[in-house]
Amino acid sequence: MRNVNITIDGIKTSVPGNYTILEAAKAVNIFIPTLCYLRDVNEIGCCRMCLVETKGGKALQAACVTPVAEGMEIYTHSPKVVEARKVNLELILSNHVTRCQTCSRSWTSCELQTLANKLGVEAVRFEGEATKHTQDIGVSIVRDNNKCILCRRCVSVCKNVQTVGVIDAIGRGFHTEIGSPFDRKLADTPCVNCGQCVNVCPVGALHEKTDTDVVWNALNDPELHVVVQTAPAVRAALGESFGMPIGTAVTGKMVTALRMIGFDKVFDTDTAADLTIMEESNELIDRVRSGGKLPMITSCSPGWIKFCEHYFPEYLDNLSTCKSPHMMFGSIIKTYYAKKAGIDPSKIFTVSVMPCTAKKFEAKRPEMEVDGLRDVDAVITTRELASMIYDIGIDFPNLPDDVFDDPFGIASGAGVIFGTTGGVMEAALRTATDILSGSSTDNIEYEEIRGFEGIKVAECTVGEVRLRAAVAHGLGNARKLLNQIKAGELEVDFIEIMACPNGCINGGGQPIQSSDIRNWSNVSQRRAEALYSEDRNMYVRKSHNNPAVKRLYKDYLGMAGGTLSHKLLHTHYHEREKYPEID
Amino acid sequence: MANECNGCEQALAMEKALDEVIARYKDTKGPLIPVLHEAQAIYGYLPFEVQLRIAEGLDLPLADVYGVVSFYTGFTTKPKGKYRISVCMGTACYVKGAEAILDKFTTTLGINVGDCTEDGKFSLDACRCVGACGLAPVVMINDDVYGNVIPENVENILKNYEEA
Repeated sequence: MRNVNITIDGIKTSVPGNYTILEAAKAVNIFIPTLCYLRDVNEIGCCRMCLVETKGGKALQAACVTPVAEGMEIYTHSPKVVEARKVNLELILSNHVTRCQTCSRSWTSCELQTLANKLGVEAVRFEGEATKHTQDIGVSIVRDNNKCILCRRCVSVCKNVQTVGVIDAIGRGFHTEIGSPFDRKLADTPCVNCGQCVNVCPVGALHEKTDTDVVWNALNDPELHVVVQTAPAVRAALGESFGMPIGTAVTGKMVTALRMIGFDKVFDTDTAADLTIMEESNELIDRVRSGGKLPMITSCSPGWIKFCEHYFPEYLDNLSTCKSPHMMFGSIIKTYYAKKAGIDPSKIFTVSVMPCTAKKFEAKRPEMEVDGLRDVDAVITTRELASMIYDIGIDFPNLPDDVFDDPFGIASGAGVIFGTTGGVMEAALRTATDILSGSSTDNIEYEEIRGFEGIKVAECTVGEVRLRAAVAHGLGNARKLLNQIKAGELEVDFIEIMACPNGCINGGGQPIQSSDIRNWSNVSQRRAEALYSEDRNMYVRKSHNNPAVKRLYKDYLGMAGGTLSHKLLHTHYHEREKYPEID
Repeated sequence: MANECNGCEQALAMEKALDEVIARYKDTKGPLIPVLHEAQAIYGYLPFEVQLRIAEGLDLPLADVYGVVSFYTGFTTKPKGKYRISVCMGTACYVKGAEAILDKFTTTLGINVGDCTEDGKFSLDACRCVGACGLAPVVMINDDVYGNVIPENVENILKNYEEA
């Protein structure tokens, strides 16, 4: 792209001709405020916060969508611009419920509040009618349109990134609101609960359905033995809630904090990830050898599972029957662990800390139980864990490190990388190649399936068996991949799909980074690096070498894919109507 | 679909007509609004089932379709009456007392704005300027135009539509 010469606030510069005014200003260290803009997700210029003046221009322009042009003279902070921004912001604020004291976003990541401070808005001059809305409280996600500022980031991420598209701007003018067709609740739509809408919301209009009260009640019940497990991606992001740099792995501090909160046992979902790999690799090899349904598709991501049930029911038989790692773990805790520890399983309460909002829905699926006991009793997100840590005044950054409890404290590096796109596939390949070859292969790091390319493919040959693998993250990419396979453009044996763009590290339950940070740096990459570096430092890097998992099979389960495994660790799926009839 | 006589000839004919409309526009640019117009011409309104069929036919999320339907006052999700009453609420009509006329229609017919009488005879809407400001306030019933309306006229106007 050819460069063009422009002047921004008197600074002469030359920038690529495809830059927007916003990008050009950033290049010369000038900050233009934005609100609706989220790079690569929502670039529609609707909030009018990034207005700038251009010499000879008829009206003020939205910097986020206006391309630069040769000779352009731009004024980013002229009196006219500053006043226009302020008025626009005041108008937004005049129809926003400003109960900031009790809003989960106000002291952490409310972009509206930050902007009001930055623009020096001291009072809102406009008082008038305000729209009133009722909350939509689902199992995973809560929508409170009283706080919505109609930026449409949630609409864009749902429709364009995830290709789910269950929300849109409804109505017109002052009465416009973001909602689902025919005023349906999200639960009555093909929403998959991925929570990406929550992650991109600049205010508190979207958040997870909190379950911390349920967890506190269990902790305060002397009858209950409360066991917690934490997913791999949680450790890569939890520190952000306490001001630690993005990409800091806080595994040890997290374990200490969980003990201080009062959990009786602190286990690592990574161990269950290793268990999943044992079951899943076994299932894959079995399908390859016996001519079973291929490609086999991973089933760890509950957002993806619900997506498949709504949008690709013809692929339900391709899904691995493995429960997701934390669900497997739940049933192992209430059977094997209960027996071993001599605890009545009905007195065990299992809590999963997940980077995910869809896991809340998953844990409530009726089939997720064994002998009448729920596999997982409560799921909280990374954000909710942070709020529990704050609840009891723990100085998180200064905590000493601790280690997970036996017998499930040991995990392999393969289990750790489950938290990022390509990680489940890499872990599975590490094990599958060893099983197929009957020896320990040197294949550990599979660079071709790392990174954030939307669809990644890899191939490996062991003896006479050739395994072709594909990885997709974000449901838009998943849709694209499945359509390619349907059209016969791509042939693979094994597919990993994670519902969230970049995988669980960017899950709907992770700490929210404001657009100021997301627009100009790759948050996911830093979080992923935390996991890869933990993997590199592990002594055991392949799931089948995890001694805790080996012992579990020896003492209890017998063989992978055996009868007991199927009872405890496997499940089934069913087609779901997109818009079921409602009363 | 849409009709109570599920599977009866008329419903199937409407469904077939809708599918033809969708097929005709499917590969054109910006097919949604023309399809909605023609669908409304077929059904008289755009209920859930019709919008869902359009969404699936055009491969669009239902939320997209509903978003557009809810944006334009010309589209309706409720059935309309045999006689569609539109009270103009444009600026000229409004200042000349259109609101009182609208109120009179709601009380006389016992329905809210946007609704239809139970017998399906009358539906009532407030509309934007119809371009007859010299006659303000204006009421339209199907293609009949009534100018300089006062609330006291309302019952007489409705009498024109009594059927033997």
